[in-house]
Amino acid sequence: MNIVVCIKQVPDTTEIKIDPVKNTLIRTGVPSIMNPFDKNALEQALRVKEKNGGTVTVISMGPDQAKTVLREALAMGADKAYLVTDRAFGGSDTYATSYILSQVIKKIGPFDVILGGIQAIDGDTGQTASSIAEHLGLNRVSYVLDMEKKDDKVIIKRKVEEGVVVLEAKLPVLVTSLKESNKPRYRTIKGVIDALKADIPEIRFADLPGIDETKIGLKGSPTRVKATFTPKRNATGEVMEAVNPQETAKSLIGKLVEAKLL
Amino acid sequence: MNFENCKDVWVFIENFKGQPKDVGFELLGQGRLLANGLKQDLCAVVIGKDVDESIKGAEEYGADKIYVVQGDEYEDYSSDGYGNAFLELINKNSPNTILIGATIRGRELGSTIAVSLRTGLTADCTALSVEEETGNVVWERPAFGGNLYAQIICGDTRPQMGTVRPNAFKKKDKDLTNKAEVVRENIRVNPAAIATKVLDFLAAKEEGGIPVEQAEFVVSGGRGMKNAENFAMLQELAHLLGGTVGSSRAAVDAGWMPQARQVGQTGKTVTPRIYIACGISGAVQHVAGMSESDTIIAINKDASAPIFEVADYCIVGDLFQVVPALIKELKVNKG
Repeated sequence: MNIVVCIKQVPDTTEIKIDPVKNTLIRTGVPSIMNPFDKNALEQALRVKEKNGGTVTVISMGPDQAKTVLREALAMGADKAYLVTDRAFGGSDTYATSYILSQVIKKIGPFDVILGGIQAIDGDTGQTASSIAEHLGLNRVSYVLDMEKKDDKVIIKRKVEEGVVVLEAKLPVLVTSLKESNKPRYRTIKGVIDALKADIPEIRFADLPGIDETKIGLKGSPTRVKATFTPKRNATGEVMEAVNPQETAKSLIGKLVEAKLL
Repeated sequence: MNFENCKDVWVFIENFKGQPKDVGFELLGQGRLLANGLKQDLCAVVIGKDVDESIKGAEEYGADKIYVVQGDEYEDYSSDGYGNAFLELINKNSPNTILIGATIRGRELGSTIAVSLRTGLTADCTALSVEEETGNVVWERPAFGGNLYAQIICGDTRPQMGTVRPNAFKKKDKDLTNKAEVVRENIRVNPAAIATKVLDFLAAKEEGGIPVEQAEFVVSGGRGMKNAENFAMLQELAHLLGGTVGSSRAAVDAGWMPQARQVGQTGKTVTPRIYIACGISGAVQHVAGMSESDTIIAINKDASAPIFEVADYCIVGDLFQVVPALIKELKVNKG
């Protein structure tokens, strides 16, 4: 089984700050991490490889600093990493991004399984991975808890709102992983040292001769951002100091009953 | 751009084993507003094996027209089977706008269609409106964990598409007098051509009662709960109210509560009658999932906690005293 995992470097959104005047991200001091769901995808890939043999390749699209997450993936056990980077790719929405990644996968493939996280914690769209599958004309299953190879197919446990669906999927297939899928392993010391020395080839626009220029970057993106703003909150609530908790509770319940909320 | 030939607002009515999901009906309410803005019709799209309940619901929730694709091969969702049926409907009828519930299947279906048509898809929208001069839908959505909101437009292609989370909007009241035109399209897929085959289905075990997104009363706990055991008193409070227990991401990450109970940007969106936040600081990513609740009560010992900025009742105090006091008071009230 040859597997490729798409990973994204994201700002740690739990520590994000927004410039309230410019409505832009303050990146200074905010740590960049491997998108947590992608880490689950990588773990899934490594487990399938350990059982069935093959290779695990990781790709990431982004600036040079995204090599950090690629090295982290190598240290966890990935065999090969590529950075997809070019000014021409900047400003891509999910359509254009998924198209570029599909072209990269075509170039460095073929693969039996393409993996990614269900969504990235910065954009939170959850649609890039399955869009890659559509660009490649591939079968896809999202929200996958577990997968096991069986002959020329994979048996997949997929989460849905109502429970878990067990299904059989033909290869090649694209799947996306979620937090409950597994607990990602730690990097080993040897892995970290090897990863530091590893060569991470860059794939640029010029390396993808068949790519359709009208489908990439800002110009190739069907959606565009019209405006951004920060959520406004206006504190209008009634403050009740619970100096005497029982009195406060009584008063609150009284108010709720009066307002016919209870 | 001239989109004169692209007409109508479509809403996908997702069903599971013949049971339509509420999100489809919630979106018919929003779809009507967009259709009015665009001066076009509101249409529902139903795909499945058992479609009667979905058709009935779509009519009651206000669709002018209902496109139906029915067949045994649509009993289980598959992105290729459903995607193909939906695409054929689109190619034949050229809709202007498509709304899909941001469910697990809906997100997959949405990207399948959008890529195939080379059009824009905006995920997890929380507000929708129409730009009158252009006819573009303005899709509003949170990003960066709810820290930033963006308005997105898809100006050069049609259909313009978006997904919307369950519970982001409330269902409108049923209109039992509405009559919809039902259009049945004979679109078939050879079951052998579908690349996935469902072998088994394991229904979710209901831990802890009513799902958080369906409850009228939600009592949520966060980091301030300190451990899993302390959630028992939230359980008791929720039980007295006839509601259920929710959680912030911090409490899920700490392993105190299961992910299914998480409220927020990466969890569920809830809009209960009363939301009680206990020991939750109110990070934007949490607030993004509960700020539309009818009434919000926050209990926190830190008077400057951001949760108080969205609360209707701000109880400044120790939750380990206030929650038991509320339980006691409710018991007295119930007599």
